[in-house]
Amino acid sequence: MIADTLRKAIRVDLQLIADMIEPRSRVLDVGCGDGALLEYLTTFKQVDGRGIELSSEGVNACVSAGLSVIQGNADTDLVDYPEHAFDYVILSQTLQAMRAPRMALEQLLRIGRRAIVSFPNFAHWRVRYYLLMRGRMPMSGALPYSWYDTPNIHLCTIRDFLELCRELGITIERSLALDHASVPRAISGVVSANLFGEQAVFLLRK
Amino acid sequence: MAVEHAHATPRAQTGVDTSRLPTDRVVFGPDRPLRLDSGAELPGFTVAYRTYGTLNATKSNAILVCHALTGDQYVAETHPVTGKRGWWDLVVGPGLVLDTDKYFVICPNVIGGCMGTTGPMEINPATGEPYGLSFPVITIGDMVRAQAMLLDELGIETLFAVVGGSMGGMQVLEWAVSYPERVFAAVPIATAPHHSAQNIAFNEVGRQAIMADPDWRGGAYQRHGVRPRGGLAVARMAAHITYLSEAALQRKFGRRLQDREAITYGFEADFQVESYLRHQGITFVERFDANSYLYITRAIDYFDLSTRNGGVLAEVFRGTKVRFCVISFSSDWLYPTSESRLIVQALNGAAANVSFAEIQSDKGHDAFLLDEPAFLKVFGGFLTGAGWHRGLEG
Repeated sequence: MIADTLRKAIRVDLQLIADMIEPRSRVLDVGCGDGALLEYLTTFKQVDGRGIELSSEGVNACVSAGLSVIQGNADTDLVDYPEHAFDYVILSQTLQAMRAPRMALEQLLRIGRRAIVSFPNFAHWRVRYYLLMRGRMPMSGALPYSWYDTPNIHLCTIRDFLELCRELGITIERSLALDHASVPRAISGVVSANLFGEQAVFLLRK
Repeated sequence: MAVEHAHATPRAQTGVDTSRLPTDRVVFGPDRPLRLDSGAELPGFTVAYRTYGTLNATKSNAILVCHALTGDQYVAETHPVTGKRGWWDLVVGPGLVLDTDKYFVICPNVIGGCMGTTGPMEINPATGEPYGLSFPVITIGDMVRAQAMLLDELGIETLFAVVGGSMGGMQVLEWAVSYPERVFAAVPIATAPHHSAQNIAFNEVGRQAIMADPDWRGGAYQRHGVRPRGGLAVARMAAHITYLSEAALQRKFGRRLQDREAITYGFEADFQVESYLRHQGITFVERFDANSYLYITRAIDYFDLSTRNGGVLAEVFRGTKVRFCVISFSSDWLYPTSESRLIVQALNGAAANVSFAEIQSDKGHDAFLLDEPAFLKVFGGFLTGAGWHRGLEG
């Protein structure tokens, strides 16, 4: 069952997250979807992996594939875990869909020694251009939804996220911005990363 | 090992003659009493069980199936009393979720039961009379302790998995908490960490129905050659409603009439749903002992995992190495998903290895006994995954 899935490569952003994780560590993937990342980490990094997923389809797929995943809501269920239960807690492309992203970020770094967070950057030049020229809510590959049915209720920019980390006293150990062609670059200058990064991946600790 | 296959003692009383049942048995002598949670002891007792598949050389492929309130050991074969299919033959068998080509499946009848394991209808060796109400009150913990003694007798040190739904799920939780070193994986299905007030209330209705039957005779009906059929049937009818869902009842019966064109202005079973329930009650009486029903429902009522560790459920699971897969059903109002979530929260609080899926189904509590493809896929997938971690082949 594992071999079938691995014939498909995992998404570039998931690969970048996987590269940040030490082998044989304890990992919680919050919003793990169909379990592609967890399966990859279990197979290639021998992690002790767990997942939380909201959709029944996702949970059923994960558990059926032998992954330890619970059906739950990241907005309400993170409080159940004890402090530092995991080496890494992953929140991939989910922060912007959470009801309380600030609280979630604090929870991630309470239950994990490190957190890895990825999100679409709302300040990417294509997003800015879309809004400027068309005067409509931007839609793109990274933001495929219409304004009225998007699950993304708390979109932010790379600069916004850096500011929130500063406020919460979070240390950024690594940061990457992926351009439109999914080529990753370390974030050195905020202005350019915020303009050319379509999505961002952060490795954080408290 | 003291295993008897049959000992023919003719019985005078009505009901099932358990001595003639085709079942495996382990008889524990008075030198190995069952120590009960109440403080009492059962000096000498029998555990009846069935097995399917073959125990491998390393004895690492054993799965214990725990049955529910009215279940028994005939999980995957024709029932010797009713002639019906095994109660979980959709799950246990070659190529199925509990693949008997791969696993060695053991299903014992619980202590207090009435299919060959010692319960209130069996003879009390001290008096030569059926136990009746002199049978000690038992708990889920006592059922599990008797199962552990059975496994000792069978030479099985550790279980690859313990699985079961409803009261079976309670036994699964009890196993994981009382014998964590003997359990690799646990699958509590459609169950709860404690019995709710509503469920205690339903059980009490059932018990009162039995005790209100004049043929109950203070529990000594066997001595009088009668059985509280009416009371037990009513108990079953009331309970059966809780195993279904409003949607399932509506879909199955609606307000359709039974073999008639119009209502009769009387108290016959005008409606199909009435006829169905009466049938459920009548057939149940043929295979189940009324006193067993009292004792087992009491054991369920007393179940509360959190009482062991100062009321904090997560503490009960602290440090556990057992891999859990908790499964609930969306329309189950007897053991609703919220109860399963309490188990999951506690396991998360202990940072335990847990999977949890709520299966979408409108079939109510009984869904765990039915062909629900998503349920079977999750259940099977979890066991296969656990098998990789355990180093089982396949």
